[in-house]
Amino acid sequence: MLIWIALIGLILFSLAAYSAGRRKVLRASGGSTRVLHSLPGYYGAYVALWAAAPAAILLILVSLLGGQIEEAALRADPPAAVMALPDSTQDVFYNDVVGTVTGGQVSQTEYDGALGEAFAAKLIEARDIHRNLVAATLAAALALALAGAAFAWPKISAGFAARPRVERWIAALFLVCSIVAVLTTVGIVASLVWESWRFFQAVPIFEFLFGLTWDPQIAIRADQVASSGAFGAVPLFMGTFLIMMIAMTVAAPVGLFAAIYLSEYAGRTTRAVVKPLLEVLAGIPTVVYGFFAALTVGPLFRGFFNGIGAELLGGPLDGVGLYLMQVQNQMALVAGAVMGIMLIPFVSSLSDDIINAVPQSLRDGSLAMGATRSETITRVIMPAALPGVMGALLLAISRAIGETMIVTMAAGLQARATFNPLDTVTTVTVQIVTLLTGDQEFDSPKTLSAFGLGLTLFVITLVLNIVALQIVQRYREQYD
Amino acid sequence: MTRQRDDAHAQGVSMTTPRAGQAGPKLSATDISVFYGDKQALFDVSLDMPDRAVTALIGPSGCGKSTFLRCINRMNDTIPGARVEGRIILDGEDINDRGVDPVLLRARVGMVFQKPNPFPKSIFENVAYGPRIHGFASTKSELADIVESSLKRAGLWAEVADRLQAPGTSLSGGQQQRLVIARAIAVSPEVILMDEPCSALDPIATAKIEELIDDLRSQYCIVIVTHSMAQAARVSQRTAFFHMGAVVEAGATDEIFTNPRDTRTQDYITGRFG
Repeated sequence: MLIWIALIGLILFSLAAYSAGRRKVLRASGGSTRVLHSLPGYYGAYVALWAAAPAAILLILVSLLGGQIEEAALRADPPAAVMALPDSTQDVFYNDVVGTVTGGQVSQTEYDGALGEAFAAKLIEARDIHRNLVAATLAAALALALAGAAFAWPKISAGFAARPRVERWIAALFLVCSIVAVLTTVGIVASLVWESWRFFQAVPIFEFLFGLTWDPQIAIRADQVASSGAFGAVPLFMGTFLIMMIAMTVAAPVGLFAAIYLSEYAGRTTRAVVKPLLEVLAGIPTVVYGFFAALTVGPLFRGFFNGIGAELLGGPLDGVGLYLMQVQNQMALVAGAVMGIMLIPFVSSLSDDIINAVPQSLRDGSLAMGATRSETITRVIMPAALPGVMGALLLAISRAIGETMIVTMAAGLQARATFNPLDTVTTVTVQIVTLLTGDQEFDSPKTLSAFGLGLTLFVITLVLNIVALQIVQRYREQYD
Repeated sequence: MTRQRDDAHAQGVSMTTPRAGQAGPKLSATDISVFYGDKQALFDVSLDMPDRAVTALIGPSGCGKSTFLRCINRMNDTIPGARVEGRIILDGEDINDRGVDPVLLRARVGMVFQKPNPFPKSIFENVAYGPRIHGFASTKSELADIVESSLKRAGLWAEVADRLQAPGTSLSGGQQQRLVIARAIAVSPEVILMDEPCSALDPIATAKIEELIDDLRSQYCIVIVTHSMAQAARVSQRTAFFHMGAVVEAGATDEIFTNPRDTRTQDYITGRFG
């Protein structure tokens, strides 16, 4: 807490340093900016950066790592009562001590007897350590700020090249930001890989990737028998693939043709009305599509198929009729179709931009050859726009694979290895959600399997994106 | 649609034969005015363009040369808000007549643009484009013959014969422009319109195109827009000088360049303005 207040003080100090540096150089040049190497603001920024940056880095590091430092210092001299505890309980003990001092999270463990004494002793020790650490940090930060300012201040003169130095600081800032982004990604992937590895120790990777049964048993208590289950992911990936294919069958042609109409045929007024409407469609939350699918489209499709089934009953196709009569509200077709509708504006608005980017000279060239509009579109514009359109479609596929809500609500939850669109199926993302919602043990194969699914999904989308980039690249080389 | 196209083709072929016997200009524009929305770009332009000759349209930027050129194959139809008045007679027929399909007209009147615009296809497919959409070739070998003869007439065959499947965009600028000319003559048009065909090319490529225009003159009615006075003098037999959306002076090229009647023409060709 104190450290954050210090950070605010540091900002004020650097503001003062900025205006002081600015004024100093203006005084040195006699008020004229002509004779200065850089604009006056750069001199101010130079002093301010040296005054604030090193101290700020120290403060941020301590506030991030302070807890660990304190705990390490506490563990240096462990009491006998604590030594007798198992490792994980020791962790809880030290965590509680540090937490009590710094106002962090504590467990509800009661410490009594020898342990209680040790706890009280360590608490006092921890208070001291904490106080010393904060004091030392603040003193060091103050020293750094003053030293930085003292280092930069004498350099300020009219001939001093402040601009390139400030530029270097700014470049460093951008570098740090991009490193943070990269490290976050690496961290996510690493945790995914780590948890998946733990999962694959319980369930062989071969069984996971090629097993045909998905049935993770729910073990409510540790002593329950049914704690093992079948973790064959094939039905989930088949379900994902099936729904994605249905969605793309709807979204690709409709979206693409809508884009062609908008960019090649529609007049200015039609375009002005239709395009925003399509974009509104893109803004509808997927939950809304989900209950649209579950409450409207599902019963509609069911009624349709049941009706056909009733017609066929007793005829030569009696078996088919019987099957159709049993079709439920929830099926892959409903989820896929509604997901396809969700993707239409996505595909059409991306494709519209791509088709509009095809140079007008190609259109003119084709029309001047005596080609009709549709010939121009199919033979010249589409080939030219193909790489971009492929990219748009692959992006839509990625979205279809990652979509969860519609499938949860409209496709059922049964993991089935089927390509029948009238069956209930489930997808990878839906299973991840069901595995991780609610109160779960985080070291059972059941919960860990979510990470296995996540990792596999990640690898699949990664490969998909790489392939998409390759395709786009190849066509680019040919046509640009 | 294919049937109609075949008829047009037959028509086109039959029209090439009696062409020599025809009297009068191949193309004749009378009182052409063009409006883009409220703005008038051309004012009552009248001009005759003879067959088997090159007619050059010269004049300062924005004078309406390209607008006039785009009237001849009705490319102005593709611009929203554009309106054309007046008559353009091609072989005794008004091209602005209701009964004339612009798609068929454009098969008879080819066009080459300022910037080479090969399609994103192979060299072969670029030239085969017109014959394919108009159904000119019934067999593959027939199509290959049309492509070969068009490329030869455009003077590009020797350079691309061994790489017909390479993309058209892989050629140099000058080669691309000759490819586009080959594409235009592959549908055996009667008129070829060229809108500053050399303005994006270097002098060597320009010389080649000019040579080609001179060769093509013996078979086609060519109308060319150019900013280069020297080019107009080199390639054309007739010249029309446009200024502020109107034709100031038109006549034999020699006449215009050596003995202009209008002072504005004189000022322009001697480089005093424009």
